[in-house]
Amino acid sequence: MDALMQFVFSGLTVGAVYALVALGFTIIYNASDVVNFAQGEFVMLGGMITVFAFDAGLPLPLAALLAIVATAAIGVALNKFAIEPARGAPVVSLIIITIGASILIRGATQVLFDKQLHRLPAFSGDDPIHLLGATLLPQSLWVIGGAIAIFIALWLFFTRTLLGKAVLATANNRLAAQLVGINTGFVMTLSFALSAAIGALAGVLVTPITLVSYDVGVGLALKGFAAAMLGGMGNPKGALVGGLLLGLFEALTAGYISSQYKEAVAFVVILAVLFVMPQGLFGQKTTERV
Amino acid sequence: MKVTNTALATLMVLGTVTGAAADIKLGASLSASGPAAFLGDPEAKTLYMLVDDLNAKGGINGEKIELVIYDDGGDPNKARTFATRLVEDDEVVAIIGGSTTGTTMSILSVAEDEGIPFISLAGAIQIIDPVREYVFKTPHTDRMACEKIFTDMQKNGITKIGMISGTGGFGASMEAQCVDVAGNYGVEILVQETYSRQDADMTPQLTKIKSTEGVEAVLNPGFGQGPAIVTRNYAQLGIDLPLYQSHGVASDGFIELAGKEAAEGVRLPGTALLIADIMEEGDPQKEVVIAYKTAYEEEYGEAVSTFGGYAHDAFRLMTDAMARAGSSDPSAIRDALEATSGMVGTTGTYTFSPDDHLGLDLSAFRMLEIRDGKWTSID
Repeated sequence: MDALMQFVFSGLTVGAVYALVALGFTIIYNASDVVNFAQGEFVMLGGMITVFAFDAGLPLPLAALLAIVATAAIGVALNKFAIEPARGAPVVSLIIITIGASILIRGATQVLFDKQLHRLPAFSGDDPIHLLGATLLPQSLWVIGGAIAIFIALWLFFTRTLLGKAVLATANNRLAAQLVGINTGFVMTLSFALSAAIGALAGVLVTPITLVSYDVGVGLALKGFAAAMLGGMGNPKGALVGGLLLGLFEALTAGYISSQYKEAVAFVVILAVLFVMPQGLFGQKTTERV
Repeated sequence: MKVTNTALATLMVLGTVTGAAADIKLGASLSASGPAAFLGDPEAKTLYMLVDDLNAKGGINGEKIELVIYDDGGDPNKARTFATRLVEDDEVVAIIGGSTTGTTMSILSVAEDEGIPFISLAGAIQIIDPVREYVFKTPHTDRMACEKIFTDMQKNGITKIGMISGTGGFGASMEAQCVDVAGNYGVEILVQETYSRQDADMTPQLTKIKSTEGVEAVLNPGFGQGPAIVTRNYAQLGIDLPLYQSHGVASDGFIELAGKEAAEGVRLPGTALLIADIMEEGDPQKEVVIAYKTAYEEEYGEAVSTFGGYAHDAFRLMTDAMARAGSSDPSAIRDALEATSGMVGTTGTYTFSPDDHLGLDLSAFRMLEIRDGKWTSID
């Protein structure tokens, strides 16, 4: 029983990290159908910029804010200089552009900052919380809480605000959205800024647990992408549930079967789900009308 | 610092050379970027620093060294291309490098075929066993690290252990070597767990080890963030058994990443470089270690690492051999290199022979323990 609780806590911690990354995918995907593979780099930048600003003497909240604003600006630049000039290109080309951007950001980071691993102090100390015979670090609660808060904010944004609906409308049909008076250029800029900001916030929250260096983005993006696919790409609820489920699969496999197979088992489960539900757990069926 | 880094990176991209009127050409292929950058980056910086220093002092027998460094990014295919280019286009007389075992294996076949003396900076025992005529190496093998750790366990009466290893090349290779030699030291491995490179939490694996009956200590071969996270999870779960880490994390950065409290009591085999400040007077390595540490930290404003030390030793061995060979003929340098005896480096004292191209024994490793956030020697 104690062991089970420990596996669950571990799964929730890791799952919340995946969920935070997966949530970042949703906005850009909803606005443009593009899966932004530079999302992991936004997470990495959030962590790296915070670490360097913090080491330079800024208080942690200010350093985090700086990182989020700076990363959002990089997101806007990515849209302005790479995605917008390629407007009209097929989605696949845009996805490949984001892969290129991620390589560029990674390279620039290792030259501008460094190649070492870094860590931020945990927000509320390192003393483990003992609960039901297992232990949990306070930072895990921050990550889980952060994932839930971003999920609620996104859900409200897409269902309750005009702007959120404008984003969805742009994805659905750009021309029609323009005809009803939506500034689609602004919507794209906004979606990149928000996605980058969410990524950077995720980076700030997870760095005390996962540590950060210039190359952590690829691994995070891959797991976040898997989580988003499992839950249903574009759906904030899917990102949250998908991330937590993926984390739990891995932790329980490591605990009860073998740590050698934890990734394999997690991916087999994802494949099985996608066979039955190709849109993911919460994805919507789309029908193209011709 | 940033400026130097950028300048270095630019130099590496161009694969350019330092020094214009140089006479002896020394080549290197290192993993200064990519997944093994934590090895190749300090190694490249060390070589640049040492070449400048040697040339400023007048070079070898009045001839200056010209250094050609390529960045193979940890890719064995690139390493092979660069090794060929070093020999055929740049016409170097000796090669240092191969930050990883993979890149070393590519370079060594070129070095053997072309008859160019080559000193590798990678760990695997396969590099010098069987002995190859032109191939030498400076780091200890991971097998020796296992032997050193098991010797310490034996001393402390530990006979049953659990292992948690990284699945990367380093972790997997050391895990296999440790399993292989454990029996020689009366150590039985009761449970083996693994984690992959970017795992954020190892508590499930550690919980399994903790609940395995009879485990008296835990060993964690690996490098990068994995061992730091294992160490923190170990403290989180309150596991009250000795934790042994590998030489892969022997740097001050590890204590910082794991946190002072969590790292308390962690033991690992390291080199003299880590304990330069507390070495006893009269220790033969003290002078060399302090000289390198001071120079590196002044030049780059970052802490020295064991890996930079491997490059330091390789450079000293190679230039010492060049001086004694008295010519820049590759086979003369090779012969002089093999005759090296009692050369004190940061990693240990090297004595090569026709059937030993590593030249170190277990005494080169020092068993260290972290106390109050500092390294202490427990040999």
